[in-house]
Amino acid sequence: MRNMNLRKLPFLALVLGVLLHFEVVADGMRDTVVAAMEASFEAKKQATMDRLDQDETQTLCTQHAAGILPSAVAERIMTLNRATIRPPPDGQYLGDWKGGELIAQTGTGFQSSDDPTKPAGGNCYACHELSGSEIAFGTIGPSLRYYGKVRGTSPTTLAAAWAKLYNSNAHMPCSNMPRFGHRGILTDQQLKDLMALLFDPASPVNQ
Amino acid sequence: MKSIYGCIRGLLLAACCVTLAWAQSSTEEAIAEYRAMFGDENPAELWQIRGEELWTTPRGPKNVALAGCDLGLGAGIVTGAYAQLPRWFEDTQRVQDLESRLVSCLTDLQGLDEAELLKSRFGDGAKKSDLEALTAYIVAASRGHTMSVSIAHPAAQAAYDLGHGVFYYRAGPHDFSCATCHGESGKRIRLQVLPKLLDPVGARYAYTSWPGYRVSQGELRTMEWRLQDCFRQQRLPQLRYGSEVAIGLTMFLAKNAEGGIMTAPNITR
Repeated sequence: MRNMNLRKLPFLALVLGVLLHFEVVADGMRDTVVAAMEASFEAKKQATMDRLDQDETQTLCTQHAAGILPSAVAERIMTLNRATIRPPPDGQYLGDWKGGELIAQTGTGFQSSDDPTKPAGGNCYACHELSGSEIAFGTIGPSLRYYGKVRGTSPTTLAAAWAKLYNSNAHMPCSNMPRFGHRGILTDQQLKDLMALLFDPASPVNQ
Repeated sequence: MKSIYGCIRGLLLAACCVTLAWAQSSTEEAIAEYRAMFGDENPAELWQIRGEELWTTPRGPKNVALAGCDLGLGAGIVTGAYAQLPRWFEDTQRVQDLESRLVSCLTDLQGLDEAELLKSRFGDGAKKSDLEALTAYIVAASRGHTMSVSIAHPAAQAAYDLGHGVFYYRAGPHDFSCATCHGESGKRIRLQVLPKLLDPVGARYAYTSWPGYRVSQGELRTMEWRLQDCFRQQRLPQLRYGSEVAIGLTMFLAKNAEGGIMTAPNITR
């Protein structure tokens, strides 16, 4: 038995060597990409060079984008991002759905071509179906039609939707959806208005 | 009774499907209609004609035409050149796309000032871009040619690998990368169909139809313009013209589009 294990040793060393090699190659590629990004861009208005810097979530999602996300990495990303979620300080989740509809329709904000003094939009319709009257909706994200009508408004449901809007990576690592609250794209009030768009029975989403 | 209800439900469902299909294709249809209105006329031709003049007329401090400009197939040869770009160039010791190659020719051969050229790299109304016009002329000379880009040179392979790496690079306040919008097929932003640029079908569809006359801007836009505008929407800083990343991504897309037939300059939304 002991001999068997010894005989397997060179094979295991080879496997380990190959794995380590891939790690090194991946790291080398990352350095190459980061250096090329730094050399290939220049600041323009509000789009400053620090926007090229990646946080840990972005680094890990980039590293594993072409393959399957290992479960330990997925766990790490969800833990990091769950820790950022702040419920609304006054405990009120629902704002004004009309404000929410405007935020969902607005695609500007944070681009070098945008006015930084104006509030950013959420651009929800770029990826999601929401109200029935808006037929120009994208399909990168799932349909959110009848969102509140289907789910109800229990405290757990509201808290889960708030968490999704606040930081999409808390429960879906490397989601395509921006982390609207955590990254400061939308304010608490804007997030509340979007919550109302999703949950208010009078909202066109639920009509 | 039940069957009548079933029938009505079926009809309603069919009506819904038709409406949805109409909504999905209305933008594409509107552009097709707009194209048809021109008949065989394509506004890009205005850029092509001006580009041909710029190519054949002696200009710059050295007062020479661009007959000595080698786009990869030999000095002065434009036919089919774009379908094999980007490529490795011995004289500049660089991998270059068409636009950066043109900058080399205009500065080295004609003695024009690079900074001045780049100031008007993208046309804006009355202020037309010579680089966009030259690009339109040269790309049009590859219509009907099959995309065939070589990555045999190590530097060309490195450019492709860099483009591949950049494609997945997530950054900025919104966590966007190229893959966010172009990593899957069959998706849309609003009504705009998004090609999956990792696959031959999507890459060919996108690459062979650019540059294009952009209806919404009244300008002819090149691949360099297209890429820097993607990064603007990604909320990243300004992509530099002819930079390593611009050329790497172009190499990645051009190679993925291998086998596609060039149709550009096209009319785009």
